Formats: sequence, structure tokens, C-alpha cells
Amino acid sequence: MNFKMIGRFIALILLVEAVFMLPALIISLCSGEALAVSAFLKTMAVIAVVSGILILLCRSARRGMNAKEGLVCVGLSWIFLSLAGCLPFVFSGAIPNYIDALFEIVSGFTTTGSSVLARPEDLPNSILYWRSFSHWLGGMGVLVFLLALSPGDNQGAGFTMHLLRAESPGPAVGKLVPKMRKTATILYFIYIALTLLNILFLLLGNMPLFDAVCTAFGTAGTGGFGVRSDSIASYSPYIQYVTAVFMLLFGINFSCYYLILLRQFKSVFKDEELRLYIGIVAGSVLLIVANLWGTFSSAEETFRHAFFQVSSIITTTGYATTNFDLWPSFSKAILLMLMITGACAGSTGGGIKIARVLLIFKSLRRNIRQVLHPKKVQVIRSNDQVADEQILANTNAYLAAYVIIIIASVLLISLDGFSTTTNITAVLACFNNIGPGLEAVGPSCNFAGFSPLSKLVLIWDMLAGRLEIFPILVLFSRSTWLHR
Amino acid sequence: MNIIIAGGGKVGITLAHQLSAEKHDITLIDSNAQVLNASMERFDMMTVHGNCASMAVLLQAGIKDADLLIAATNADEVNLLCCTTAHGINPNLHTIARIRNPEYTQQIYEMRDIFALSMTINPENQAAVEIERLLKYPGFLRRDSFAKGRVEIVELKIDRDSKLCGVSLQEMPGIVKCKVLVCAVLRSGTAAVPRGNFILQEGDRIFVTAPTENLTVMLKNLDIITRRARRVILCGGGRVSYYLAALLEKSNVSVQLIDSNYRRCKELAALLPQTCVVHGDATDHTLLENEGLSSCDALVTMTGTDELNMIISLYGSSRNVPQVITKLSHAENRNIIDSLPLGSIVCPKELCCNHIIRYVRAMQNQTGAAVSVHAIADGQAEAVEFLVEEPTRNQGIPLKSLKLKPNVLIASISHGAHTEIPNGNSMFHAGDSLVVVTSGRGILQQLDDIFA
Repeated sequence: MNFKMIGRFIALILLVEAVFMLPALIISLCSGEALAVSAFLKTMAVIAVVSGILILLCRSARRGMNAKEGLVCVGLSWIFLSLAGCLPFVFSGAIPNYIDALFEIVSGFTTTGSSVLARPEDLPNSILYWRSFSHWLGGMGVLVFLLALSPGDNQGAGFTMHLLRAESPGPAVGKLVPKMRKTATILYFIYIALTLLNILFLLLGNMPLFDAVCTAFGTAGTGGFGVRSDSIASYSPYIQYVTAVFMLLFGINFSCYYLILLRQFKSVFKDEELRLYIGIVAGSVLLIVANLWGTFSSAEETFRHAFFQVSSIITTTGYATTNFDLWPSFSKAILLMLMITGACAGSTGGGIKIARVLLIFKSLRRNIRQVLHPKKVQVIRSNDQVADEQILANTNAYLAAYVIIIIASVLLISLDGFSTTTNITAVLACFNNIGPGLEAVGPSCNFAGFSPLSKLVLIWDMLAGRLEIFPILVLFSRSTWLHR
Repeated sequence: MNIIIAGGGKVGITLAHQLSAEKHDITLIDSNAQVLNASMERFDMMTVHGNCASMAVLLQAGIKDADLLIAATNADEVNLLCCTTAHGINPNLHTIARIRNPEYTQQIYEMRDIFALSMTINPENQAAVEIERLLKYPGFLRRDSFAKGRVEIVELKIDRDSKLCGVSLQEMPGIVKCKVLVCAVLRSGTAAVPRGNFILQEGDRIFVTAPTENLTVMLKNLDIITRRARRVILCGGGRVSYYLAALLEKSNVSVQLIDSNYRRCKELAALLPQTCVVHGDATDHTLLENEGLSSCDALVTMTGTDELNMIISLYGSSRNVPQVITKLSHAENRNIIDSLPLGSIVCPKELCCNHIIRYVRAMQNQTGAAVSVHAIADGQAEAVEFLVEEPTRNQGIPLKSLKLKPNVLIASISHGAHTEIPNGNSMFHAGDSLVVVTSGRGILQQLDDIFA
């Protein structure tokens, strides 16, 4: 195991995080929040010391890493990122308990949006900003950002592919252009451009600048931390529509946007995953509107709430405009289904991903046909291309791991004595990086009531969900650490 | 530059490795998904799965924005079709095709025009030409010519009983009794540009720059045999053997060719009237002795299996054959190979890649570009030839007052017919040819790049 190389990467990631704390520090200076200023400065000092030591220890790193080291590097980077990222909450006294603070920042970085805070508006602005910004940073991935920055010393080497694969969601991760650095730059360019566009549209709806920036960060990363305790409910319908549309946009595979930039509209239009995604959204909205008919005062309001909730849940964002825990159970069941499918591969959203759902259904269909016609040779196609059998096998393994982890997590957090619905939806909400669940963890409630053990389990679930299980799972595998 | 490589074989992968390290955007096309996956993890590039001669695949690989296509699949016909199709889609594209079939090699110039190819490569033919050059001037492990053959960089191995063993570089001109310059030394796997107080040790491989006329003097004073080969044994009857035997026939060298495949032997016997084709197993010592191993001037091993070549060469060295040449397809582990007495190593893949890289460099900047580039010291150093042009900086200034980049050395200056091994008072002017040796990581695109 190339520990020195991994150490270097972690040190670099921590430094990047410290640099990203600067805007929050400036906000705290401008609004004169003395506690927050000292909290950010203390955190930066801690990061500087830790990464300084790491860089000193790992001076003579051998370049390059294999697949295993790539997975371990990504998993450890995210854990260190979270361990350091929650320090401002602790130092400023906003969330004095370290495990609560860790839960909050992991929820931020993994773009979950589950909170332990009852009233976020009581927090200093700079802390709120850092909380929302963690969504933006975690959405596209910090290692991808590092790859976009990485100077020429990695030129020509392909090992960075292991990092991209481990951090980017989806069954088959590929590059957009031959150079990794350029690929990462394009991804971040699209991400930044869409975020700025979102902020602009929110400002046009007379949203205050601070709220607009924080909401846009939450939307872009498909996170879901709101600056108000009622999420988006108290904003104007225009802002709700803008947010709903942008959530859907950030749930689309980013390579589609690249194809649009290349003016290859035809292949975007023909993309199976995108079509199914739009189909699921439209179908779910229709069914929920029919189910809710007459509950709200106007048809427009019914449609708006249904559309907003569907787009918020399928993209695994977790904003809410109404307490959907009070909806009829058919609507809740649809939302529960959307929680599991999640957004498109290669987007900032979580969940199983539509691309995997497609593959799972196609291989299920193949297996049924195989039973009826045992000697038939069948291949599975996606977008008219034959899907690699290795990817199918990985998808099935992913699904198995997914189910096992959910069952184990529900078992562990059941010790706290909440209702079964609460336990299952809490795990689903954390593991799929959504945010709110149902009943005691519904949109108007929070996760503060869980015991520290349950919170640790949920933290693990959030990280595993964001990194698509394996980078976190290998950290707990014996064969990772033994020389075998 | 955007470069598309079709075919992920030995040549394709080596090219992808070298060109992606030179910061080009590489897209590799292959019909084997496993090859693509493995290489994508090794090098920073993109891959496309499919048949490289199909338009859809070429378009997917971005042929419209590409600058260069290198077709190096294992079938000549596919390479040609690939290049022609690509050229049809993008007329500004440069195309390089690997053509290996000897029947096509005879018509290669006509084919270049018909198929609009910028260049064709034939690794086996190149290897044969290289081996023939080595046979013509024995004593060197390798030689590269520069400035239209006026300057050479030759590779020598320092043996225990060599006159140069334990000698510092300052004393070297006194021993060889002519002006030469050691421009790179390869010691236990790492290359360095040495200084005057550097002391040569047993096992070092040195790269010496000298005007061509001084080479014979140097060899004579080092007691290295310079009799050119008159009788050569070739082991293996592959394409390289065929090309080499044909070349040697032309220069009236007597050739014995051993191959274990009877049908191939008959084919070769028909194609090569002067050559004595022997059917048998070249690893058989009795056969080699019967064919006159102890009295031949050179043994060249080029069967299809590297291991066999190495074994036969080792046997040849142990029987004191004056010159042994080994063809290796995989020469990656050079520091292991170096410890064995295998004589000169010829690697067709590397020769052919060097050739293409020279072409790519020349494409990149039309003015002030390197005239030729030769990788020496196992690819850890490069010898680059430049032509001094009017805009070149620092003309007419003595070298001692110039600041060069670290690990860069001006190895020779050729003014007209006169070639000089430079000292501190030498200077260069427009029209001169310069050979520059560098072991640094930076790539020399033009002559001005050597100044710090």
C-alpha cells in the first residue's frame, strides 16, 4: 500500500478545504461574529499543522497508485475532510457536541441535508454559509476538484482514473476528454455555470443575496440544508418553482451538458437514462396530484407542492415546501420509491441511480427470458451499446451491498426505540443522501433525538451512500490492510 | 495535439505512454475492452471500443478535431482502411499507418500517394536496417547518426579488461588519441550527464559523441575489433530475419538462417537465393556448432520468443562469438537485461516509436523544430539535432559564457564539412547543426529551450 501517496493526497485535500473556508471567514469578519472568526481561524490552524506534518512525513512519495489504493485514498480523504470540516461548529459553540457537529458536516459533504438543528436561523451567518457550502463542495467531489487543479506532475499517468471512479457516482464512469485535468475542469465549469445561473434566477425573485447563495449551494449539490427551519416553504411560489427546476437539472448526468456544449443534441435526447428520469418525474407528479386533489386551496398549489416534493426527493436534495409526512400514504409510498431510485448517474444526486435501476431491470428481464429459453444468448444494451458483463456484475453486487447495509443499519438504530417507519426512512434518507424521512425524521423534524451510536451509524451510511459503498466498505475489510 | 491511436498492441501502448507523457491528448481505439481498461488505468487518455476502420467509431473518437491518426493494429489492410476513411472525414488529418507485409513494402511509396498517408512505419524493416548498421560497424552496442552522418553517438560497454575501466573522463582523449565526448553514462539503470572528473567503472554503458572519421581511431586505440562481419548466423525466420537477410545479401555477406518451421524455411529459401536456409532448432547447441558458430563473425537471434533469443545469445557469448545481437520484443526491464552478456539489444517496438515521436515533434512546431530526436540510454536521455537559424538566440557567444539548463549538454557543432566537439571557446552560428543531449524531464521543442 502506497501510504505516502495517500497521505499526500489527504494533506492536499485538507489544504483545499482550508482555502474554501476563507469565504466563510470573510463573512464572519464582515458581520462581526467574533466567535465564528476565532472558530474558523482555529480550524485553519489545526488543518495547517496536520497537513504540514503529513506533507513532511510523506515527502518521498512514490508516484502512482493502484485500484485498491485509489479506493482507500478516496474513503480516507472524505473521512478526514469531515473530521476537520466540523471543527468550526464545535469551536464557535454552534453545535458544541462533536458527534452532532460531525453528523452535520457529513450530512453537508455527502449532500444529505439531514440536520440535528431545530432552528438554523439562530446560527451565525458564516456558520450557515459553511454548512451550505459543504453541500456545493461535496456535490461534485473534492478529489475531482483537486484533479482539476493538479499540476503537471501527474501528466501522462492514468492512476487518477481510480480516484475519479471512486468519487463519481454511477455504474460506468468515463472521461469526457483524454486528459483527466481537462475532464475535471469541464465538470467544474458546468457545475459553477449552473450554480451561478441558479443564483441569478433566485435573485430575480427578490430573494436576499445570502439566502439565494445558500439555497443555490444546497440545490447544486442536491444537499438540502435550508437557511430557515421551514426549508423553502416561506419563500414565494416563483422561488419554489426555480428551485424545483434547478434541482431536476442538477440531477441530470453532467456528460449530457457536455454533449449540449458540443451541440450533440440528438444523443442527449436519445439518452435512455434521461428519458426514464423525466418519465418517472412526470408520472410521479401526476399520480401525487391525483392523490392530493382537493387537499390544497388551488390546483396550482397542489401541482407546485407535488412537483417540488417529487423533484426534491428524486434528486435526493431534501428541500420541502410542505410537510409531506401529512400526505396520504399512496403519495408517501411514491416518495419512498423515489428515495430509493435516486437521480441520474454522473450527477450530484444520490440513491441507487436511474442508470443502475435500468440495468437491474434489464438483467432481471434477461434472467426471466433465460428461464423460458435456456439456450438463448442474450446481451444487455444501454443506449444501443452492449453493456459490459463486468458492469452488470458490479451493479448486482452494489444492489446486494445496498440491501444488506440498510438492513444492518435499521437493526442498529432500532435500539433507540423510535417507530419502524422512522427507523427505515431515517436510514433510507441518510444512505441515499436525501435528508428528511417520515414521522419523527419528517421534513418538519430533525435527527437530534438519536443516540450517539445511531448518529455514528447514520454518518457511516451517509458516507457510504455518497461514495457508492465500496470506498468506505474497503476501509473495513481486513484484506485491504494486510499484505496479501 | 489531438492524437488518435488505433490498435492497443505493443506499439500502440508504447506510443500512448510516450505521447501522453508529452502532454498530448490521446484517444486509443481497440476492439478488446480489456486492453482498453488496463491502459486507461496506466495512462491519462481516453479510450473508444470498436473497429477502428468504422466511421462511427472514428467519429466517436473525435476524428474531426484530431491532428494525427496512428494506425497500428495487427492487420495492414485495416490500418490502410482506417487511415483512408479518417482522411476522408477530416482532410487536414495527418495519418501514419503501420505496414508490415513485405509484399506491400516494395510498393510503399506508391501506396503513400494512393492512400494519402503522411508516413508509413515498418518496425521489422527498421529493426533489420538497424541490425545491418550494427553489423557494418562492429564494436558498438548501438550507434545513432546525426548531421547527415557527420556526427555519431555510439554506445560502448565498459568491460573489466577495457582500457577505459577506472579512467576519469579528462584522461580519456589521451587514451583514445582523438577528440571525443562522453555525453551520457548509464550506471546501474540510471542515466547521468557526467562531468570531467567522473570515473568510469566496470559495467557502465557510455554514450560517446564523435565525428564519424574519429570513430575508427577510437576503436583501434581501445583494441576493439573493427573487422566487419563476413559470415553471420541468423536464428529465427520471421519478418526481421527476411528483411535483414535481403539487406545482407546485397552487401555480399554470407548468411546462414535457422528456422524450425519447415514450410517457412521453404518460403525463405525461395525468396532469398543467396542465403543458406537451415531447418532446425536454433536452441540445439550441436546444430549451431555444425553450422559453424565458432567461426562466424556475428550471431543475431530474432526468433519470436524473447526467452529463446536470450538463451541463444548467452550461448553465443559463452562461445566467444565476436558480435552478438539480440532482438527483444519487450525491453522494459533493461536493468535486468543489462547484467547479461546479450550483446546489442534491438527492440523493433522502440525503434518504431522513436520514429513516430520524431514526426510528432516536427509536426508540433514547423520552425526551429528538432531535425531528429534519438532516445538514448534506455530512453532516459535524448539526443536532439537542431539547425541554428537566424532568430536563434546567443549566436557567436562562446559557450563558457552561456547559461544552459541543468542536464543539457551541447555534444557537437557542425559547421559545413567540419565537425567540432565543443569546448568553452566554441560558438555556433546560423546554418550550423547542433547535437544536444538532455537527461532532464523537460522536452526540448526548439533550440532556444536549452538556455536557462
